[in-house]
Amino acid sequence: MCGIVGIYLKTKKYEKSLGKMLSGMLNNMESRGPDSAGFAIYKNEEKKIFKYSLCIGDLDFNKFKKEISKKINKSKLNQYSDHVILKTPIEPKTVIKIINNSFPEISLVGYGNSIEIFKQVGNPKDVAKKFKLDSFSGTHGIGHTRMATESAITTDGSHPYSTGKDECLVHNGSLSNHNNLRRKLIKKGNIFNSENDTEVAAGYVSNSLSNKKSLKDTLVSGLKDLDGFYTFITGTKKGFAVVRDEIACKPAVIAETKNYVAIASEFQAMAHLPDVNSAKIFEPEPGIVYSWGN
Amino acid sequence: MKLDLKKLKLREVNEKLQSLDRKQNDRNFTIVNPEGNHALCAGLTDEININIKGHVGYYCAGMNQKAQITIDGNVGTGVAENMMSGKVHVKGNASQSAGATAHGGLLIIDGDASSRCGISMKGINIIVKGSVGHMSGFMSQSGNMVVCGDAGEALGDSLYETNIYIRGKVKSLGADCVEKKMDKNHIKKLNSLLKDASIKNLKAESFKRYGSARKLYNFKIDNVSSY
Repeated sequence: MCGIVGIYLKTKKYEKSLGKMLSGMLNNMESRGPDSAGFAIYKNEEKKIFKYSLCIGDLDFNKFKKEISKKINKSKLNQYSDHVILKTPIEPKTVIKIINNSFPEISLVGYGNSIEIFKQVGNPKDVAKKFKLDSFSGTHGIGHTRMATESAITTDGSHPYSTGKDECLVHNGSLSNHNNLRRKLIKKGNIFNSENDTEVAAGYVSNSLSNKKSLKDTLVSGLKDLDGFYTFITGTKKGFAVVRDEIACKPAVIAETKNYVAIASEFQAMAHLPDVNSAKIFEPEPGIVYSWGN
Repeated sequence: MKLDLKKLKLREVNEKLQSLDRKQNDRNFTIVNPEGNHALCAGLTDEININIKGHVGYYCAGMNQKAQITIDGNVGTGVAENMMSGKVHVKGNASQSAGATAHGGLLIIDGDASSRCGISMKGINIIVKGSVGHMSGFMSQSGNMVVCGDAGEALGDSLYETNIYIRGKVKSLGADCVEKKMDKNHIKKLNSLLKDASIKNLKAESFKRYGSARKLYNFKIDNVSSY
């Protein structure tokens, strides 16, 4: 069992309180996943700036800041617990190479023009607090509370998984064909950092999006290619989608108002959201892809 | 009496309703701010009326006996699961497994019910004014399920002696589930069920009846009275 939550703002009304809305949702899903938690927030930056979400672990932040500034020009760094958001106009290809070569102990959690990702082992309430989720603003966000099944309780095994620029995916369920699919995707050039089944689903989405398929079409073909139990929420720079497998054992409920669309494993995760009692509330049907944005 | 789940804990509300002072005359309760809590009003055994104002979580009104519970909102998984008697009325939509394994009573859902509605039901009457999802009536044993809208895939898979009445389209029938003839008794029963749910504009004749072909389980005519 895991808890998944997501919120997509249709208007600007709640952009400043996005983090607060998402942290309330995460906190209420503690009962579905007390092992680890994570979230991705989408917030548009000035053009040509890339954001890199890095997990620096035990490394001293000031020391890291000094060293990375020597290697990457015009870099700005912000620290949130053991995560650092590095902002720079330098292209991903160069930055990823520098990080992999010079800082092997650091893991790249995600990158893009819009996305910031944070994940950590521990109770969702503590995780949200450590990363100051309440203080974030943005356009859409996705979160996850994990009760580990397919792989160990580690930061690497936590969601969301990001395997492409501005992409992320969270999952409630388990996949049964992930080893086979991982091998196929590796042959196509995908890189995986864990043994986790969800990372394979995220990689599958990235591979398809890089072949110019839309998010919706990607998930439609995923219904055939991904075997197992799942409710997925995926995010891209401007889009947000939800899909449940055809058996639909894993729950999901959607609340839509004129200002936002929220999705969660259980309604109680959304009970605190503004105007939720007058929202259109429905359960996504099995095997149907629901998407908003592009 | 008004019970506010913002002020009281879920357990306090349930304990209060489960252990009523029988000398007390107040038999009407309103629950406000349910906020998706699970197992609200589970295990009630008294003839009381409860109105829940808002959306609730899983297993609402589970194991109910005698109580009349109205939910002014949506319900999560397993509403009225294993209900024995009484009435549960959902004014919104219901999630999966509504009325699962229930032995008796009446469950009315004004909106849609999702997958596995009435799974393994054992005598309850379920009336859904909207549609039901896939695998509804799976292994259902006895009682009646009435659906005014459509039914999803594999309706009534491996069912025993439940009568399923569907007005709309059936996406597909499950194993051993077949369309059956409606005789006078069925029309009469269906009309009384529609009346129980205050449905006036639909005629029993506009429904189709589905039941077991009795090929999958060992039906014995000697045991018919036990269904």
